[in-house]
Amino acid sequence: MYVAVKGGERAIENAHRLLAQERRGDLQVPEVTLAQLSEQLALAVDRVMSEGSLYDRELAALAIKQARGDLIEAIFLLRAFRATLPRFGATEPVDTGRMQVRRRISSTFKDIPGGQILGPTFDYTHRLLDPQLAEGSVPDDPAMAEVSDTATPRVTDILGRDGLIEPSPQADGDEAVGDLTREPLSFPADRDLRLQNLARGDEGFLLALGYSSQRGYGRNHPFAGEIRFGEVEAEFFAEDVGFAVPLGSIELTECQMVNQFKGSASEAPCFTRGYGLAFGQSERKTMSMALVERALRARELGEEVLAPAQDEEFVLSHSDNVQATGFVEHLKLPHYVDFQSELGLLRKLREEFFEANGQSTLKEAAE
Amino acid sequence: MNTPAYNFAYLDEQTKRMIRRAILKAIAIPGYQVPFASREMPMPYGWGTGGVQVTATILGPNDVLNVIAQGSDDTTNAISIRKFFAKTAGVETTTSTAEATVIQTRHRIPELPLHAGQVLVYQVPIPEPLRFLEPREIETRRMHALAEYGLMHVKLYEDIARFGHISTSYAYPVKVNARYVMDPSPTPKFDNPKMDNCAALQLFGAGREKRIYAVPPYTSVVSLDFEDHPFSPYRFEAPCALCGAEDTYLDEIVTDDRGGRMFVCSDTDYCEGRQAEGHRGSQSAAPQKEAPRG
Repeated sequence: MYVAVKGGERAIENAHRLLAQERRGDLQVPEVTLAQLSEQLALAVDRVMSEGSLYDRELAALAIKQARGDLIEAIFLLRAFRATLPRFGATEPVDTGRMQVRRRISSTFKDIPGGQILGPTFDYTHRLLDPQLAEGSVPDDPAMAEVSDTATPRVTDILGRDGLIEPSPQADGDEAVGDLTREPLSFPADRDLRLQNLARGDEGFLLALGYSSQRGYGRNHPFAGEIRFGEVEAEFFAEDVGFAVPLGSIELTECQMVNQFKGSASEAPCFTRGYGLAFGQSERKTMSMALVERALRARELGEEVLAPAQDEEFVLSHSDNVQATGFVEHLKLPHYVDFQSELGLLRKLREEFFEANGQSTLKEAAE
Repeated sequence: MNTPAYNFAYLDEQTKRMIRRAILKAIAIPGYQVPFASREMPMPYGWGTGGVQVTATILGPNDVLNVIAQGSDDTTNAISIRKFFAKTAGVETTTSTAEATVIQTRHRIPELPLHAGQVLVYQVPIPEPLRFLEPREIETRRMHALAEYGLMHVKLYEDIARFGHISTSYAYPVKVNARYVMDPSPTPKFDNPKMDNCAALQLFGAGREKRIYAVPPYTSVVSLDFEDHPFSPYRFEAPCALCGAEDTYLDEIVTDDRGGRMFVCSDTDYCEGRQAEGHRGSQSAAPQKEAPRG
């Protein structure tokens, strides 16, 4: 006797109650605060803001806490919230050349106007686990100096003065910047949509693709022209008052890759650009993004499109980790109806196979 | 902190307007996939976000909503989506096919024939029927524009040459209104004939892939086949063990680890309705009882 299984509703409620308890963990251990996450897991917050496309440290910290530290789940939470927000307009383009630089390095010149500034970085640390951190410790005060008023022009602008690098594409001021969260992406995609897609793209996916281009799958000879991290002002042009009002400052990381280009029949040889930009301090992300951005320009620059990193549809259709994780994980949903039709077909095909081969299907049953 | 505040049926009115335009275009061009600016929903891509956006857009306060997944109204995701709309739209929900004005479905078409005025909303994972023959969107859009479906026929022919049958058992391609080849979503091909000349409006939403398409009421929907290999819907040859129905799609239930199995209607509402009318199958339980806990 069989009674159809019911009770899905209660099962869901109980599962979510259990999840809430697991999220909190042992009650003897103090609960983490959003300020702790934002201050002490700052790079996780930066990543969630970047790929979640929403600059809000507090909400990103909340998302990380709610997601139990699963960053893709946190990005998803932030995105779903962002989708409901009203749009008032777009800010004026930010000028990264006027950034309050906290870190800025170039691997193409030994010294540059404004200097090389290491800033807070893991680079050159020895990756030895620090037992002091396990116990909790107060760090030494950082070394300070007078604020320099020397300008820090972008390295690519220095190269640009001699025409050694292609000019940075100028946006058409009259044309609105594309937004793939408001219009479905279509191919071929313009630069604005490509950059938006990559900025929202999964860090791991871009890292692997960028790496593959270095290993010869769409090689484009990159140099890290400049990586800079710091604060920029975001301004909004208010129609009512007739001028741009400051909205506040945001932290950005920008990477400009300088890549080889042999020139063509009509173009003199010059360096080309790959561009990466992300919220907060996100160097791995922006470097990977810049490598992939340049690789995706293959068609535009008349290079042969052979490798995955150069394939626009492949990269832009699969870069979004919220989409990817949803579709991969949807395999957890019941599929017994489709599976049943496959089962029926397979049984029929096997039956015909055994008949044709003079074997009895009973043999299969006996096994 | 920004505290969220949500509109009726979650989506804001601007978004609903954009989706309604896509739906109207889809109805005007039956079977054509209309790109739309799919939003990020509070449930994962691949879990019905396209269907949810279509439902959210067409739902009015007087609608009665049913959500089914795999033919059942009690599968976890169907419950989750029904609760979402009960919460965000406050609409009446039901598990009855006949009472619902809007039915959102995943992988099945109800056994009970739909009537005029009803809307069936399908959740679609991969809207492009040609996707597994040609991965590139630029190419497949061109093929649809030129009605160049030779590749699909070659695929079906190769199946016959190799297996003696068309080896597609679900998401079986159809031609709509004698023009566009369309993916019916991963419904078993058993359900394909129900789409043809159907009295209800059929809407298809693919959230991750950002496409909406439609079959207006009383439109021809023909499963692709060959004269000498006509389309035949698969069904396991047995009556339902609970209601005795001989014309419904059946789920196979494994009852033990020694090869024991039984077959019951996949459409739970239809099966329960028949049992209430007094129909009985070989395994019918008298009053419902909880299975003993092990």
